[in-house]
Amino acid sequence: MLYAAVATGSFRRYATYRVATAAGVFTNTVFGFIVAYSYIALWDQRPHLGGYDLPQAMTFAWTGQALLAATSLMSGGGIAELQDRIRTGDIAIDLHRPADLQLWWLAADLGRAVLQLIGRGVVPLSVGALFFELALPDHPLTWLLFLTSALLAVVVSFGLRYLVALASFWLMDGAGLAMIAGLAGTFFSGMVLPLPVFPDALAHTAQLLPWASLLQVPADILLGARTGADALRGLLLQAGWAVALLALGRLVQSYATRKVVVNGG
Amino acid sequence: MADGVLETAAPRTERAADAGGRWAVVVHGLRTYRLLVWMWIRATLAYRASFAMTVVGNFAATALDFVALLLMFSRVDVLGGFTLPEVALLYGLAGTSMNLADLLMGSMDRLGSRIRDGSLDTLLLRPVPVFAQLAADRFALRRLGGITQAVLVLGWALAHVDVAWSVGRVLMVPVMVLTGTAIFAAVFTAGAAFQFWAQDAAEVQNSFTYGGKAMLQYPPTVFAQDLVRGVVFVVPLAFVNWVPALWLLGRPEPLGLPPWVAFLGPVVAALLCAVGGLLWRRALAAYRSTGS
Repeated sequence: MLYAAVATGSFRRYATYRVATAAGVFTNTVFGFIVAYSYIALWDQRPHLGGYDLPQAMTFAWTGQALLAATSLMSGGGIAELQDRIRTGDIAIDLHRPADLQLWWLAADLGRAVLQLIGRGVVPLSVGALFFELALPDHPLTWLLFLTSALLAVVVSFGLRYLVALASFWLMDGAGLAMIAGLAGTFFSGMVLPLPVFPDALAHTAQLLPWASLLQVPADILLGARTGADALRGLLLQAGWAVALLALGRLVQSYATRKVVVNGG
Repeated sequence: MADGVLETAAPRTERAADAGGRWAVVVHGLRTYRLLVWMWIRATLAYRASFAMTVVGNFAATALDFVALLLMFSRVDVLGGFTLPEVALLYGLAGTSMNLADLLMGSMDRLGSRIRDGSLDTLLLRPVPVFAQLAADRFALRRLGGITQAVLVLGWALAHVDVAWSVGRVLMVPVMVLTGTAIFAAVFTAGAAFQFWAQDAAEVQNSFTYGGKAMLQYPPTVFAQDLVRGVVFVVPLAFVNWVPALWLLGRPEPLGLPPWVAFLGPVVAALLCAVGGLLWRRALAAYRSTGS
């Protein structure tokens, strides 16, 4: 099938950047230590801050680093390329292809994310488990729920980034918007600080925004803050955002491709 | 535009070579750097609205770390035994130095991709020091946003920390900023040299620059002793702010070092710059283009 081939191709393409992956793992690990120690200082003062105990807070810190690359929290991920193609006009060629634009890029992004989930996720989380006491689940089913949640996180993230990229059809320079989207993602996903630590009103709102699906929900499932029905509600929230964002992306895409004249050449 | 600049610079190289003085080469490099930076600034200012947006974005991006600190302090009164103004002082110093170094030579991290796509060879052909060309490459004036943010926090912190100000202590503040900038600049240089043999590994240098900044914004008491030892003795980032700022705050030095260590910052920075320069020369001399 076409899209499976696209995903596999993308997976293999990112798999060839071995040195870059190793460098990324190193950086994620260094940041993992810094964040973990700052959380230790924080939880030392307030032992049950945000409803987490210390091992859970440590798990949150390292899960953030493990998912950072896969969910492209701070950057455009592979979608930056789409933005470039729209800006340069190469998109006209893509639109002639006998494949759906959105599905094509979703497949490519999933391929990239699965590689980076393995390549850049496993080592930081293992190093974290080696040096700190983490609250990792014993039950394989919880791991399965976490992996499902992580994949949904990638789809939600793609939905957001795809919209940002499509904005380039109207904006000559999408860099500013991409920057703002990256900031919102970093802040409202829990990457800066777990959402339950935020002031209550802000925390409740942020839990419902799409960015919570990127890190807060999968991390909560892994560290046991969301169990049973609560975990399923988390997955449903993610799936809801995924569907909504993909539908919105489709709407914007059909509008963009009908209305916009590409300045190619 | 670039060609014009470089043509006028060319005769100077010959003169510099004739004089044979290393000093003349440095002066020539600095002059080129200034011209290239000025060119990029004019290019950036051609799109005023886009420039304004990226400055604001850069301000907001660096402010995010401080918002995290504020959120933490909304839940606790002290972090690692340090109050908010004290942590803000550490944050402001680390941020100002790192962002200044990033402005002056942050583009060095593009070296890896320049080696890969072969455009480094073009730079080598020009009669201008490669180092100056790379440092000035795509000079990112937007980083003024981040510098402004860090300076504002630093100013607020200086007004609120409990310090018995004397001439020496006041002087220590600019010394810390300059020392810190030089230390981070040396790290950028060493990172660029590292990219000659690990082209795709540009991200490793982020661990020491952005990671260093992230670490230095917290008090050293937060971290494990071994980690503190690492940033004092191995990659001496601790001299950016920890060691001198603890002296300023009248707190014991990390690792129980004697108090005079607080004044070693400039010496450490000079040494680190020398090492960085040496690594750069070695790496550049050993560079072999793929020729493709």
